[in-house]
Amino acid sequence: MNFTNFGKYILLLKAAFRKPEKTKIYLKAIFQQMDFIGVGSLGLISIISTFIGAVMTLQIAFQLVSDFIPKTIIGSVNRDSSILELSPTISAIVLAGKIGSAISSEIGTMRVTEQIDALEIMGINAPGYLILPKIIAGITMVPVLVIISMVLSIVGGYLGGTLSGALSAAEYVQGITTDFNPYTITVALVKAFVFGFIITSVPAYEGFYVKGGALEVAQASTRAVVVSCISILACDYIVTQLLL
Amino acid sequence: MIEIKDIYKSFGDNEVLKGISGKFEEGVTNLIIGGSGSGKTTLLKCMIGLHQPDKGTVLYDGREFTQLNFEERIEIRKEIGMLFQGSALFDSMTVEENIMFPLNMFTDQPRSEKLDRVNFCLERVNLADKNKLFPAELSGGMKKRVGIARAIAMNPKYLFCDEPNSGLDPKTSIVIDELIKEITEEYKTTTIVVTHDMNSVMGIGDYIIFLHEGKKFWEGSKEEIAKTDIEELNDFVFASRFMKAAKGKF
Repeated sequence: MNFTNFGKYILLLKAAFRKPEKTKIYLKAIFQQMDFIGVGSLGLISIISTFIGAVMTLQIAFQLVSDFIPKTIIGSVNRDSSILELSPTISAIVLAGKIGSAISSEIGTMRVTEQIDALEIMGINAPGYLILPKIIAGITMVPVLVIISMVLSIVGGYLGGTLSGALSAAEYVQGITTDFNPYTITVALVKAFVFGFIITSVPAYEGFYVKGGALEVAQASTRAVVVSCISILACDYIVTQLLL
Repeated sequence: MIEIKDIYKSFGDNEVLKGISGKFEEGVTNLIIGGSGSGKTTLLKCMIGLHQPDKGTVLYDGREFTQLNFEERIEIRKEIGMLFQGSALFDSMTVEENIMFPLNMFTDQPRSEKLDRVNFCLERVNLADKNKLFPAELSGGMKKRVGIARAIAMNPKYLFCDEPNSGLDPKTSIVIDELIKEITEEYKTTTIVVTHDMNSVMGIGDYIIFLHEGKKFWEGSKEEIAKTDIEELNDFVFASRFMKAAKGKF
């Protein structure tokens, strides 16, 4: 995203946050988007988080082969990695692929088939009607998904560790309950909030300014996912730097 | 009435509109015609605010439109109905929801009243029983008619139609043309149709503007267009074999 595009992105966001024409219709759209982003992604996030937690436990156990390190550390490392990094970031990248491409192609198709022009002719603020509900749904549902992801990742670690025999259930539970710092949850939720904003606003921008036809919509969709992923990783670093 | 004064519009170095002026009266079907690339759709988009003209003004019953910001344009836009070339129906909504959409956004009528209005509009375009269908389930002609129903849902004072016959068979084209003319005369709307379909021109063209290379080249009625001696206009009007054969019979 160069400076011109960044400027257009900011102006689009400014337009999206104008006062809604009819709050009731916007609320309905917000709930529809929350269903799409939250409920629609629950299965995928659950599967990925559980497996990542399980694999993390096995890999930590594989690397920490020392008599001087208690096995409870495996649980602690898995817990902190899941909460601070894996759940927010991996979930966000997966959601950027799933939701980002859907948002970009939906809005892009509406642009090339003149549906956005139709909204504007009616006197409706198209960025507000199309983008604002998605952003609000993103910044509320992505943190919820991240919390679920954290829980399932830790549960996955328990299953992976105990089923493989890498550590006992008691060692794992002791590990995840020792020296727990609740502030890590705050950091993860701040990340999730920022990522939720990126996942919805960047693809919406890419779709909103599509020119051409089906090929350009597909290109915008790809660009939306790429730019979202890079933005997520950059913001991940910045938020971590600022909060830890 | 809509009046345009000295409209200029360029895209980069490409000057598309070169000082176009005209007056479009209410209750008559006004046509903007011209070949591909002559600037007719660009002119239409400048008139409805989808493009900002580089120079010139658009007046809706004396109200200046081009210099207004988004919020200030809303009041005039509520009076505009538009039929798009590809219909531009919202894919995710049924026919009923498409037509009800502007009513939901801008009126506080109870649902029963809005439903009555939707049914009235659908009956007006002869699609009375199609409320629950999605746009993907409609034929091209039906989509255009739903587009017209949506355009008239808010009782517009100004009706714009961009290539209303594109992609339609001749019989359906005539139905759409007749519908536009009937609505214009019945509701006294200021109707502007962008087309290059000569059947439409000869069928419903009360007042016609011919654009050529971004300039207004000619204006007049359908009776006058058939008798013109202007070479560029003749080349456009009588380009098809059918029209050549029919020359002198209008």
